[in-house]
Amino acid sequence: MSAVAAKPAALDVARLRADFPVLAQRINGKPLAYLDNGASSQRPHAVIEAERHYASEMHANVHRGVHTLSQRATDAFEAARERVRRFLNARSTREIVFTRGTTESINLVAQSFVRPRARPGDEILITHLEHHANIVPWQMACAATGAMLKVAPIDRRGEVDMEAFRSLLSARTLLVATAHVSNALGTVLPVREIVALAHARGVPVLLDGAQAVPHFALDLQALDCDFYAFSGHKLYGPDGIGVLYGRESLLEAMPPWQGGGDMILAVSFSGPTYNQLPFKFEAGTPHISGAVGLAAAIDYVDGVGLERIAAWEQELLGYATARLGAVDGLTIIGTARDKASLVSFVVEGVHPHDLGTILDQEGIAIRTGHHCAMPAIEFFGVPATARASFAFYNTREEIDRLATAVAAARAMFR
Amino acid sequence: MDLKELYRDVILDHNKRPRNFGRLEPPAHSARGHNPLCGDQLTIYATLDGEVVSELRFEGSGCAISVASASLMTEAVRGKTRAEIGRLFGLVHDLLTRSDAPAPAELGKLAALSGVHGFPARVKCASLCWHTLNAALEGAGVPVSTE
Repeated sequence: MSAVAAKPAALDVARLRADFPVLAQRINGKPLAYLDNGASSQRPHAVIEAERHYASEMHANVHRGVHTLSQRATDAFEAARERVRRFLNARSTREIVFTRGTTESINLVAQSFVRPRARPGDEILITHLEHHANIVPWQMACAATGAMLKVAPIDRRGEVDMEAFRSLLSARTLLVATAHVSNALGTVLPVREIVALAHARGVPVLLDGAQAVPHFALDLQALDCDFYAFSGHKLYGPDGIGVLYGRESLLEAMPPWQGGGDMILAVSFSGPTYNQLPFKFEAGTPHISGAVGLAAAIDYVDGVGLERIAAWEQELLGYATARLGAVDGLTIIGTARDKASLVSFVVEGVHPHDLGTILDQEGIAIRTGHHCAMPAIEFFGVPATARASFAFYNTREEIDRLATAVAAARAMFR
Repeated sequence: MDLKELYRDVILDHNKRPRNFGRLEPPAHSARGHNPLCGDQLTIYATLDGEVVSELRFEGSGCAISVASASLMTEAVRGKTRAEIGRLFGLVHDLLTRSDAPAPAELGKLAALSGVHGFPARVKCASLCWHTLNAALEGAGVPVSTE
């Protein structure tokens, strides 16, 4: 073995594709080119099998029974939590709360961290490129408390104006909440700088990592953010399961946001005694098989290697940017210097929704619309865009087909 | 489904050169329609002369199906009574959602929308203008949404 760190070996994409049963099919008579991974990615056999295995041999309710199955289910569920902790390099499983997804994770922080603390005139600082899931929960918390939402502007590339961000941090800022990666534009935000600036003023930071976790390795202790939210279904795992990482000292001080079973130690009619972390935030029977499937997805992704995934996806991004950029009448929306593997674009004379239908006839799945980020899309003066978002199982050939079909659509509408 | 069934020449033409595009000032009735799925936004303006729609315009932005459908609608309903328009909407709705029946002759050029039924995700695009016209004529004044 060489002691010198080599460039990671290239991915065997054809072999990896065989791990994903859904990719083998034809759509409208054409091989499926699945380029909508930003909305939801596909699941490998290993994830499907882990969920099946759990349901076939382990299922019972967790944290409740003394019988064997309940113990197996509890062990599998808590092993999944430990797997997530390791994936994020969090300090403790007490900091890993299972939720339904990124949206619920952010809502938990809005309801349980912001609402009890916010006073009229306090501020929540976000950016102009956020997904609605990182806007609306704060608007709701603001409406309930009299706090105000502050929005850091973006430039024509789709990058956050960090000077403006810095000046918007104030003595009244209660929380900074930004995307790690923009779902509509692909921008990778300078999250280390954001955390450093906020912490310098004593302000905690929530990062919406839904679009980041599938693309690069994370180390939350190094990143030092206070909350981090992501979903299983964008990480090749099941839908309906997600994670909220929270700094233990903050979670400890937060009241529970939903009441029910599992989040209590004792209940009497004079009042409940809440359970310890993280169970305090997990009222009711959780999505146990989802957590098991998420752990399997993390195993799978780590097996492939996030470094190798990132390298191939950046190649795909460069190739798609060049191929699509050469299509007559096509404008790429979001040209940040640091981007994850997605390309948002508009085509002169062809509405994105028509483009989506036309590409579907070619077996090519993309997202069209405002991507639940209306302010970001409207900033560029368009009502909607088409978005191709790539996973490590995508190929240059699929991007060729995309570019060819987009050019044909443009010709059809001339 | 064949794309040419959806994007017929009539549709492409009305998308590129929408008829009766523009606005009418009050006292013309108006209503706004919105399709949140794709961001289509339409405003329909209608002048009523008794029960008869004597003038009709629309403005907004949207996909080819929504723009062409609105353009075709403005041509089809001008000079008709509210009751006649209601009946025509029923026929258009059947055309968009049923695959079995041939388009009745009274639909005229609106029959160009017959390909939409093969693309269920696009039915709302084609029907948005009709729902919005209904709202304008009822004078409800509340924005119409397809969701």
